[in-house]
Amino acid sequence: MAKKTDSNSYTFIFAILMVIVVGSLLAFVASSLKPTIVENQRYEKQQNILYAMDVHNNEGDNDVSFISTENVGDQFNQYIKRQLVIQGGEVTENDEAYLIDLAREEALSKKAGYEKRLPLFIGEKDGKTYYIVPMRGKGLWDAIWGFMSLNDEFVVQGVYFDHKAETPGLGANIKERFFMDDFEGEHVLDESGNFQGINVAKGNNDPLNERKTDHQVDAIAGSTITGNGVTSMISTYLRTYLPHLKNLTQ
Amino acid sequence: MALLSKKDKALILDPLTDNNPITIQVLGICSALAITAQLKASVVMAISVLFVMGAGNVVISLMRNIIPSKIRIIVQLVVVATLVIIVDQVLKAFAYELSKELSVFIGLIITNCIIMGRFEAFALGNGVYRSFLDGIGNALGYSVILIIVGFFRELLGSGTLLGIQVLGDPIAKTGLYSIGYENNGFMLLSPMALIVVGIIIWVQRSRNPKLIEEN
Repeated sequence: MAKKTDSNSYTFIFAILMVIVVGSLLAFVASSLKPTIVENQRYEKQQNILYAMDVHNNEGDNDVSFISTENVGDQFNQYIKRQLVIQGGEVTENDEAYLIDLAREEALSKKAGYEKRLPLFIGEKDGKTYYIVPMRGKGLWDAIWGFMSLNDEFVVQGVYFDHKAETPGLGANIKERFFMDDFEGEHVLDESGNFQGINVAKGNNDPLNERKTDHQVDAIAGSTITGNGVTSMISTYLRTYLPHLKNLTQ
Repeated sequence: MALLSKKDKALILDPLTDNNPITIQVLGICSALAITAQLKASVVMAISVLFVMGAGNVVISLMRNIIPSKIRIIVQLVVVATLVIIVDQVLKAFAYELSKELSVFIGLIITNCIIMGRFEAFALGNGVYRSFLDGIGNALGYSVILIIVGFFRELLGSGTLLGIQVLGDPIAKTGLYSIGYENNGFMLLSPMALIVVGIIIWVQRSRNPKLIEEN
């Protein structure tokens, strides 16, 4: 005798019910957790922006600790003095500029007639001004992104990089201190004021990164493609922002 | 009555040694290659799999009498995927930092053949409690190998353990590096995971003759 679970109608009904149950369960979980998740993402962005201008809770040489989520809102308002949105040639102030999603803007800008919105943050700490530029590019497996802060002379003050799915132990090390700290003090322009960017260079003769005007930082062994992604991301975004930054610093 | 009978104990202990999912059954190799470049990633993956396998085996075992046999693989897949997505969402909401660490592995859990293998081979035919033990046992067996491989790959490849430099500083040439030792970058690439797993299999079989198949 065939088992009742073998019949076609039973199989169909089971499959349909399963899809309904699982679908509504997942929809319920997703929608009930969404507000918390969105809030976490907001905090994270504020933490990353502050990290790029050297506002963090780092302890020791290898530690990457952000301002805690309870304080990050206050600290963000305290240090970030202006948030600008650049769209085409126009620059406007917008207090929610940090919520702009670069990935979305890039996708939208592929359609004709849409100029992407570019956020720019101006921070102040101990009398110094920081211009914080967001950036986004491609690593080996997926997206990489980050924030870079520059001073009036276009010298890097700090960076924060992150990635979606780079290889642990290799490309994923772009978010480690030993890589990010190398960028501090690097010059983006050469002596005559032309844009050079910062290259993540293999065969760098300067592994301790003592020369700050060579436009190079030491690459991570085994993560060439991620490193090249970082180089081109920096170059693309700084080139876009540079004319606006020059207007602001003059 | 004891919490664990002799048979139950075997369910947990066998996969750790004589019936290890990686070294004896050669399942779950794909994720073992991908994520063992660092010890921390291995530990995190081990914990995630422990949870998904324990819970998944229980769910499948509860449903074992009503699952239509024609679509049982699909049902199993749906159960794993649902569990994994729920875990992912809950982590994103309540342990955001941790969920960022895990992001790469969440997807990999679904593809882990051990999970599907245990659903198919054990949970479909056994009671809830024993399925739970079987899930935990196999996940532990997987974890042990993962952690051993992660330990050697991170130590020899990066000179660190859990991100702490244990062999000295390779750039400033202190510790072992001062006498000319170099990190073996090859250890960080996936093929070396396979070689390390191979060595573990070799050691295990040579110590335990009962595991050697007759030709």
